[in-house]
Amino acid sequence: MAIANQLKRVDFIFNNENDWEKVLSSSIKKKPQDLINELISSELKGRGGAGFPTGIKWKLAAEAKNDSKYIICNADEGEPGTFKDREILSKVPYKVLTAMAICGYITGAKEGFIYLRGEYKFLQTELQKAIDEFQYYCKEIKFDFSITIFMGSGAYICGEETALMESMEGKRGEPRNKPPFPTQNGYLDKPTVINNVETLVHTFTIFKYGAKKFYDLGVQYSRGTKLFSVSGDTPKPGIYELELGMSLQDFVYEFGDGDTKAVQVGGASGFLVPRKKFKDAAIGFKGKLTGISLPTGGSMMLFNSSRSMYNVLDNYLEFFREESCGQCTPCRVGCQQLLLGIKAVKRGEKPASYLEKLLRLTETMQLTAKCGLGQSVANSFSSIVENFQEEMIY
Amino acid sequence: MNPIRSLIRELAEKHGRRRESLLPIMLAVVEREKYLSEYSMVEIAREVDIPAAEVYGTATFYSFIETKPTGKYIIRICKTITCSMKGKNLVLFAIQDMLKIKLGETTPDKRFTLMETNCLGWCHKAPAMMVNNDVYTELTPEKVRDILSGYMKINELN
Amino acid sequence: MANTINVSINGFPVELEKGKTILEAAGKLGITIPTLCYHKDLCVAGNCRVCVVEVVGQARLSASCATPCEEGMEILTNSLKVRNSRKHIIELLLAEHNADCTKCYRNGNCELQKLSSEYKIMTQEFIELAPLKKYSIDMFSPSIIKDDSKCIRCQRCVRTCAELQGVNALTVAHKGDKMRITTFFEKAMRDVVCTNCGQCVNHCPTGALVEKNYIEEVWEAIANPIKHVVVQTAPAVRIGLGEELGLPPGSRVTGQMVSALKRLGFDSVLDTDFTADLTIMEEGTELLTRLKKVLVDHDETVKLPMATSCSPGWIKYIEHMYPQYLDNLSTCKSPQQMFGALVKTYYAKARNIDPENIVSVSIMPCTAKKFEAYRPEMHDSGFRDVDYVLTTRELAILIKQAGLDFNKLEPAKFDRLMGDSTGAGVIFGATGGVMEAALRTAYELVTGREVPFKNLNIEPVRGMEGIRETSIKIENPLKEWAFLDGVELKCAVAHGLVNAKTVMDTVKSGTSNYHFIEFMACPGGCLGGGGQPIPTSPEIRKKRAEAIYAEDGALTIRKSHENPEVQKLYRDFLKHPLSEVSHHLLHTKYTKRERY
Repeated sequence: MAIANQLKRVDFIFNNENDWEKVLSSSIKKKPQDLINELISSELKGRGGAGFPTGIKWKLAAEAKNDSKYIICNADEGEPGTFKDREILSKVPYKVLTAMAICGYITGAKEGFIYLRGEYKFLQTELQKAIDEFQYYCKEIKFDFSITIFMGSGAYICGEETALMESMEGKRGEPRNKPPFPTQNGYLDKPTVINNVETLVHTFTIFKYGAKKFYDLGVQYSRGTKLFSVSGDTPKPGIYELELGMSLQDFVYEFGDGDTKAVQVGGASGFLVPRKKFKDAAIGFKGKLTGISLPTGGSMMLFNSSRSMYNVLDNYLEFFREESCGQCTPCRVGCQQLLLGIKAVKRGEKPASYLEKLLRLTETMQLTAKCGLGQSVANSFSSIVENFQEEMIY
Repeated sequence: MNPIRSLIRELAEKHGRRRESLLPIMLAVVEREKYLSEYSMVEIAREVDIPAAEVYGTATFYSFIETKPTGKYIIRICKTITCSMKGKNLVLFAIQDMLKIKLGETTPDKRFTLMETNCLGWCHKAPAMMVNNDVYTELTPEKVRDILSGYMKINELN
Repeated sequence: MANTINVSINGFPVELEKGKTILEAAGKLGITIPTLCYHKDLCVAGNCRVCVVEVVGQARLSASCATPCEEGMEILTNSLKVRNSRKHIIELLLAEHNADCTKCYRNGNCELQKLSSEYKIMTQEFIELAPLKKYSIDMFSPSIIKDDSKCIRCQRCVRTCAELQGVNALTVAHKGDKMRITTFFEKAMRDVVCTNCGQCVNHCPTGALVEKNYIEEVWEAIANPIKHVVVQTAPAVRIGLGEELGLPPGSRVTGQMVSALKRLGFDSVLDTDFTADLTIMEEGTELLTRLKKVLVDHDETVKLPMATSCSPGWIKYIEHMYPQYLDNLSTCKSPQQMFGALVKTYYAKARNIDPENIVSVSIMPCTAKKFEAYRPEMHDSGFRDVDYVLTTRELAILIKQAGLDFNKLEPAKFDRLMGDSTGAGVIFGATGGVMEAALRTAYELVTGREVPFKNLNIEPVRGMEGIRETSIKIENPLKEWAFLDGVELKCAVAHGLVNAKTVMDTVKSGTSNYHFIEFMACPGGCLGGGGQPIPTSPEIRKKRAEAIYAEDGALTIRKSHENPEVQKLYRDFLKHPLSEVSHHLLHTKYTKRERY
């Protein structure tokens, strides 16, 4: 994959030209098929981390035959190191609402939900005001689409789309077996489009400016821009909209504190990249870690040389051990074994070679876990253990 | 009628007696009571007509639904990576020292309950904590003492 | 073809219906994929991940139980990738599980143990989790022991309790490493809506849920020279015991069972079928009396439909879930408890034994019977009417402990008194059997003629449909039953408590007009009871049912009222059905319980 030469800041998402009414009213005058084609040609991929082509998702839901369909905005932003969706919902909620409504228009859904994580409850009142105003406008232009906030309550796994739907159905947030997929059997078993907050805002950009403007940014397979949540050992933590395809080298040059030892890309479920691999690593959707391109929900955590990578991994694993839904064996037991295992190695109770056994375990977790949580624990585990083995042992 | 019972009845009327209403109803009770008691769960089960065991099983899935009595203010301090790196433990010690309670405990006057939680989504302003629904960021031991003193004053005024 | 698809498994092609899972496709080719959370009685969970297979071209493995086949799929069930992953998962489960197999009640019949043996897991490299968790064992229930340290979180019990039984006593609570199977507020099983039906025990792959056994107590009683130990055996035990001892499902072993019990040292080996026949006399008369009170006297205090009361799981269920309908229950005790009350009165007197020295043991296909025997009201003989209840499985343990070669035992006959039974008593063991037995007797009592079904086989109430209905029109009754002339007696049968719920809801909403309903807590009736051999499945239960009906067909007397011992009992002791003595010994009351 090509690497963009320099870090390019863009300002699509937070520019607030307050023209959502125009975007909505003009979009719903177009043919749904034209809008879908526009979206597909933009090559926008989901910004929650998994990177499924958004246009295809909407198309599948539009083609699904059912009397009721739903649009869900996934605002259960729980990945450690990610905080962009909160910012979107507090700064430009209208763009999200507009995108949901357009998606409703395209797919034939009349109801939308925003699943807002419990940690963001303080946003609820303002967001509801925005929804009220939005609905008022919808009524004015006689466009039938309702949006309701659904509050989460402290469960990372509910960010997984089917777990989120289970949660909305009043159940434990346990991921479902797939297939079937939500575009066919989603919330209440009805065809459902579920998108990350940021993905929806990008569709707003695309509907407003056309696909080309979006497509022209980024690199092959990773078009457009992305919000990055930057934290850790950096002089300028915060949220930045950057063109996709940048090299990690450029990123660290911009955001590092001069002593960056490693960057965790994609949160606890992402990869840790050590300094020696910065220049080979690009941020985008395609390729393998070694090959080298990193998919991401936008979490960028920088660690300088004062940080113990053992502590970092220990922290992640404790997180996963608690936040696993617990239903499937590899994830429930695997996470406990990994955490206890690295502790045992660190204390000298298990030999360093036990790390090999744990690495093989993460392979099994990746192959067999029911959902993305259990499957992706391997990412941070193997990238930390393989690159910083000396910090793991007694 | 018991006020919680009538609250639950109102909530069931408002949200509908459907399984999908379970979480909104539970959260509204928690908003009022800070936790979900056995009594509340039985009443919710009755109103929504779902098995009590399922109400319990669902409630315990969600970290923000407590099933044991808590203080008026629930302090949830983020323990995830960035907050840990940026001095969460110092803040935690300051709170423990000030309130004389350990993690998971409630002050004898039932004002504060202290807990840890996973990523609050304020990594760029770590360390962070929530007191009920309010978020406080870029905490230091001094800052957290000021914040908690503020809560104590509200309490005294009441 | 539109409705079939073609896939290949390990290189061998298979054609199958659309919508079938990989697991089913493999089964069609005779390839067994190991499973744990999968059970034929239950919906698919896909959470244990033991059944993962490789679909060529896909990066991740798929849970074969939860993945539908798609046209052209190339499936590998035993590739190195699959084997290594599967082995890992078994190792993980063993690390979580208290694998103290030699001290486990399910040692030798544990699905995890079997898998571990198949995959030759010889070392435990992972860290054992059970010692790190503060597990406690719930032993408060008289029926079921729940040991969380042996739980592998497959959730079969939870699905059983919800899907088959609609009881929802068990639930999944908490998440992550704290996720566990528990009850409302982690209360003891005896303090929640649990009906003690034991279906969770039947569906548990490990020793996390087992019956509370009374094996040592029974051995002690047998060894005590002062005690006269009487044993009764329920109808479904004789078609289940052989299976537990290694014979194929549906093996009829009545004679060997009696022979074994005698060799075990029981002083008298008697038959619960005897009181099953007695139940028909009492319950049938009760039904006719109720019909008269409703149809002729217009007595509004008398409730219809009348519901059967033989199944203690059902009784506890209705006490929790529909307490406003307790008056609809027949007041008849279950055959076990009628037997218990008679053993320490009628039998004791006839045999001239001090009832205090009688130990009354029953062998039941059921775990709820253990609870039933412990109910405080079950002391009408002046003693605990039934002292110990053993399941079919426990009896098999007794037989093994005694070193009996079951297959070599010469069949023996039940002792007398209270050892005589009819085909009507036997079919109590199958869903619909009580109804059929009751109709055989009631119809004949009312009309003086046999029921109008070929060979007395009332086919409409047989089978495995969850709810079955039938009606019999009464024509030309005997003079004293003239008020029933032209009445169409409407009957229903429900088995599995989830079906009981459906029927009760129609009663509640007034949309049904049944006169008489048979309820059995367990799928298939007692033959699928919580105390029967493990495993169970729809096919196994079907075989057991065939055995029950074959047993009925082989008996010469097949109507309860023709049971000579029952007739003698009425002559010598009870006088007539619903007599004062009957009311005292054979009828009972029910207790309203909390639903939540």
